Amino acid sequence: MDNQDKNIVLKISGLHKSFGSKVILDNVNLSLHKNETVVVLGRSGTGKSVILKCIVGLISPDSGTIEINGKDTKNLTGEDLSNFRCDVGFLFQSGALYDSMSVRENLEFPVIRQNNYNGEDVTSKVVEQLQNVSLADSIDKMPSELSGGMRKRIGLARTLMLNPDIILYDEPTTGLDTFTSKEISTLIVKMKEKYGVSSIVITHDMPCAKMIADRIVVLKDGKFVAQGTYDELSQSPDDFIRSFFSY
Amino acid sequence: MAKTREISFFGNFKFVLPAGLNDWFEKMGDIFFFIGRFFKELFIPRYEIKESIRQCFVIGYKSLGLVGITGFIIGLTLTLQSIPTLSIFGAQSLVPSMVAIAVFREIGPVITALIFAGKIGSGIGAELGSMKVTEQIDAMEVSGTSPFKYLVVTRVVASTLMLPILIFFADALAMVGSYISYNLLESASIRSFLIIAFQNIGFADIVPATIKSIFFGFFIGIIGCYEGYNADRGTESVGIAANTAVVLSSLSVILLDMIAVQISSIF
Repeated sequence: MDNQDKNIVLKISGLHKSFGSKVILDNVNLSLHKNETVVVLGRSGTGKSVILKCIVGLISPDSGTIEINGKDTKNLTGEDLSNFRCDVGFLFQSGALYDSMSVRENLEFPVIRQNNYNGEDVTSKVVEQLQNVSLADSIDKMPSELSGGMRKRIGLARTLMLNPDIILYDEPTTGLDTFTSKEISTLIVKMKEKYGVSSIVITHDMPCAKMIADRIVVLKDGKFVAQGTYDELSQSPDDFIRSFFSY
Repeated sequence: MAKTREISFFGNFKFVLPAGLNDWFEKMGDIFFFIGRFFKELFIPRYEIKESIRQCFVIGYKSLGLVGITGFIIGLTLTLQSIPTLSIFGAQSLVPSMVAIAVFREIGPVITALIFAGKIGSGIGAELGSMKVTEQIDAMEVSGTSPFKYLVVTRVVASTLMLPILIFFADALAMVGSYISYNLLESASIRSFLIIAFQNIGFADIVPATIKSIFFGFFIGIIGCYEGYNADRGTESVGIAANTAVVLSSLSVILLDMIAVQISSIF
């Protein structure tokens, strides 16, 4: 095993997924390295979110393997599944905050329900994560009192509560104004630098992609058709790939 | 698209199950597995005691007003309607006893359960459906917690425990309503009213009614949770989940009552 392989935290091999007769993912392969941010580009409805949901187990793939830190995630149960869930954080498009709970309770919720939780006070950790997203003063607010951008930042703080190795972002800047989008993009970079997390980000927001991506992959017809850095792909001779960069 | 299913017996006799019936059987099967999962998750730690108590408050305490008013009016009107008829036979003194038996054995549990199905069944269906649509249930799942335990088990436990208590409360207020209307037409002290009312009430009236109310509460909770938890994506599905929860849970109350009456008539 060379150094490159040792640094792989997530490996997807031969992933297939169909809904009825419609093939969504057709032999998708992807490796994510430690402390790397990969941006997935593709037209709407091409299955980008399906990849993320397959990784976290919300959708079962028809075939293929997904390995997290060298462990196949298929058929995980009990403590292994719980540990796997802690290793992979997921930031939903809407933030998906629990609307019957305050911000504090939202952040505490996943931590106090882990098997290894020993009853210690998690307030300091909640405050630390809220400070990371510059929303420490919102600790006692309800989700209904927060703006869209604030919800996403709180969602990110909640994701970080379990110290994940990998964070999956599903369109983190969609529906936000340019300024707030930039704030979220800055946060993604900050989390990578501070906690060394690896990330897969689905986005249509090219300024965000430019800011955060170490590598960009392009999904078309259920397959990754190109990968490279932002600068490499923006110079691509392929019209389809270049179309993403002419914003 | 709705699916038909071909069923064959001994390889020779075949018939096609209509799509609607096939879907119904599939749904019943799903609910059966949902109930199985409930009992499995109920006994496996971690126990969501704090959330269960909160749900008891939301489901039980916050329904007191509605079921109380309903019970009071049932007792009041049942008495007002019965007195003129029984007066023809000179049997108006039996009205308290008749109302008590009717309320404790049948009308109290069934009407309260139907009101409960409308309020709580739809509420649970809409709440969980909305959580499903806004990916809150998925968010719980991916954070390594069990949304089933936190959302479903707690609500079903609360509705199972709270409905029998609400029914007793409604029954008590029905007797208050009955006394007030009885006293309007026939003068009677509260003591003599209660003595007449309860002289023919025994454990054989209370126990079966309590047991069936536990089943009512369980099925209202489980159906509300099932519909909400399995709502499709999209805001329309929230309304469908709430509506279907009310229809199915009301129907289940009527069916369970019919079964309970048949069983209790054996003993």
